[in-house]
Amino acid sequence: MTTPTAVALEDAKVAFRLGDGRVYTAVEKAHLAVAQGEFVAIVGPTGCGKSTLLNVAAGLLKPAAGSVKIFDRPLAGLNRDAGYLFQADALFPWKTALDNVAIGLEIKGTPRAEALPHAQKWLTSVGLVAFANRYPHMLSGGQRKRVALAQVLIRDPKILLMDEPFGPLDAQTRQVMGNLLLDLWNADRKAVLFVTHDLEEAIALADRVVIMSAGPSSRIIGDWRVTLPRPRDIFEVRMDKDFHALHREIWGVLKDEVMKGYAQSTHAAEAV
Amino acid sequence: MSRVTLLALQVLVAIVCIVLWQLLSTVPVFGKILLPPFFFSNPIDVFEQIVKWFVSGVIWKHLAITLWESILAFVIGSLSGVLVGFWFARQPLVAAVFDPYVKMANALPRVVLAPIFALWLGLGIWSKVALGVTLVFFIVFFNVYQGVKEVSRTVLDNGRMLGMSEGQLMRHVYWPSALSWMFSSLHTSVGFAVVGAVVGEYLGSAAGLGYLIQQAEGVFDVAGVFAGMFVLSAFVILIDFGVTLAERRLLVWRPTTSDGRG
Repeated sequence: MTTPTAVALEDAKVAFRLGDGRVYTAVEKAHLAVAQGEFVAIVGPTGCGKSTLLNVAAGLLKPAAGSVKIFDRPLAGLNRDAGYLFQADALFPWKTALDNVAIGLEIKGTPRAEALPHAQKWLTSVGLVAFANRYPHMLSGGQRKRVALAQVLIRDPKILLMDEPFGPLDAQTRQVMGNLLLDLWNADRKAVLFVTHDLEEAIALADRVVIMSAGPSSRIIGDWRVTLPRPRDIFEVRMDKDFHALHREIWGVLKDEVMKGYAQSTHAAEAV
Repeated sequence: MSRVTLLALQVLVAIVCIVLWQLLSTVPVFGKILLPPFFFSNPIDVFEQIVKWFVSGVIWKHLAITLWESILAFVIGSLSGVLVGFWFARQPLVAAVFDPYVKMANALPRVVLAPIFALWLGLGIWSKVALGVTLVFFIVFFNVYQGVKEVSRTVLDNGRMLGMSEGQLMRHVYWPSALSWMFSSLHTSVGFAVVGAVVGEYLGSAAGLGYLIQQAEGVFDVAGVFAGMFVLSAFVILIDFGVTLAERRLLVWRPTTSDGRG
């Protein structure tokens, strides 16, 4: 049985025109396929263009060359099948938690009276029903991420794109959020493309871990399958010896890139 | 410091000032009155004048006129500021073309327009409303323009990824953002609406608080001038209090304005 491919990047190249007219190539010939129901994590050093790649899959950026296919159809404009979880705060600050979640449905034309109970249900599943009437600034960073997750999931997207969503959170909250994400994902197994710089997080969450080289012109340089059994508990899985073996193996490759990326960023700073 | 102590100290400042004023304008120091009554009047006369206005009821008419002018100036100035601000922010070309003219008009001290408005619109309320509008418009305009332009990139992208159309982005993202900027300048714009009304009245009118002050000044009635000033201050404080209440309701979602006291 072949599962359909949810997201396929074929030789995608992303370039930006800089202010002085030069062209900066962020990502070169990226080839990546995410099957339906598959959880893929992209890991790479800072500035390697992993978020750029995600934006290409979302349709927020157009590749300079190559193609993007969503369920075997070429992507034109924004990716309507995808829900996007941003790294920065993306909630509407003038809406309460409940309204922020309900808006996901209201945009589709669902009447408000119908959308609100749904939103209430989603807030319950992310454990925030007691905070329904709070505005985003009254919530903690972790709570805001939960609302954002509910806001995206209430639309039931077929694909979930996540750009270092737990990056701004503290270490413990990250693990709690990771488990919440796995629980929600387990319910219907959407295709997930998850960008992070944290290799441990990537292995603990994903079915596949993809490594990118340091930028500019970064490429995908490695692709590992994570065979740890599911359902997983992020706190437990980190103790597993297969986890450690895989971590050591991937880190052997990633380390060089991280050092390269670091050297480049310091050189760049000196050049300026 | 507790609220009560603070209030007590605030009242104390007023009492000290008034007592000093009364003493210096009535009791000679080294055979000389430091605040000659002709120029400074004294608190008791001023108070009597205020009481007389309220007892006879003449003040209500003037207050109503000034209030009405301020409201009209505020509403018209805000509406046009919001519309033009939105238009400029969404059409960068228009904004670029008009930019030097907007700056020029804003740099002009608005008081010099008062005679022209009086000439065009007569001595009734509309010349005062026009003056207030020119003041309110620019404050609201600049704030809304800024508000629409500085919508967070991430929030906008989020709206798009959630499937919002241009119209929905307008309603759920641009509009609330612009309004919040407008409300954050509410104190200033309401204040300027009153300034426009009073200055306009002062320069030529038949009614209003500015007219009252100008009339008193015309007959060297210093007590009348001070009385007018105090009534005007109280009037502005009341309006400002109303604005604070409105703001607290409208901007509950904002961390800075409503939480400070929490």
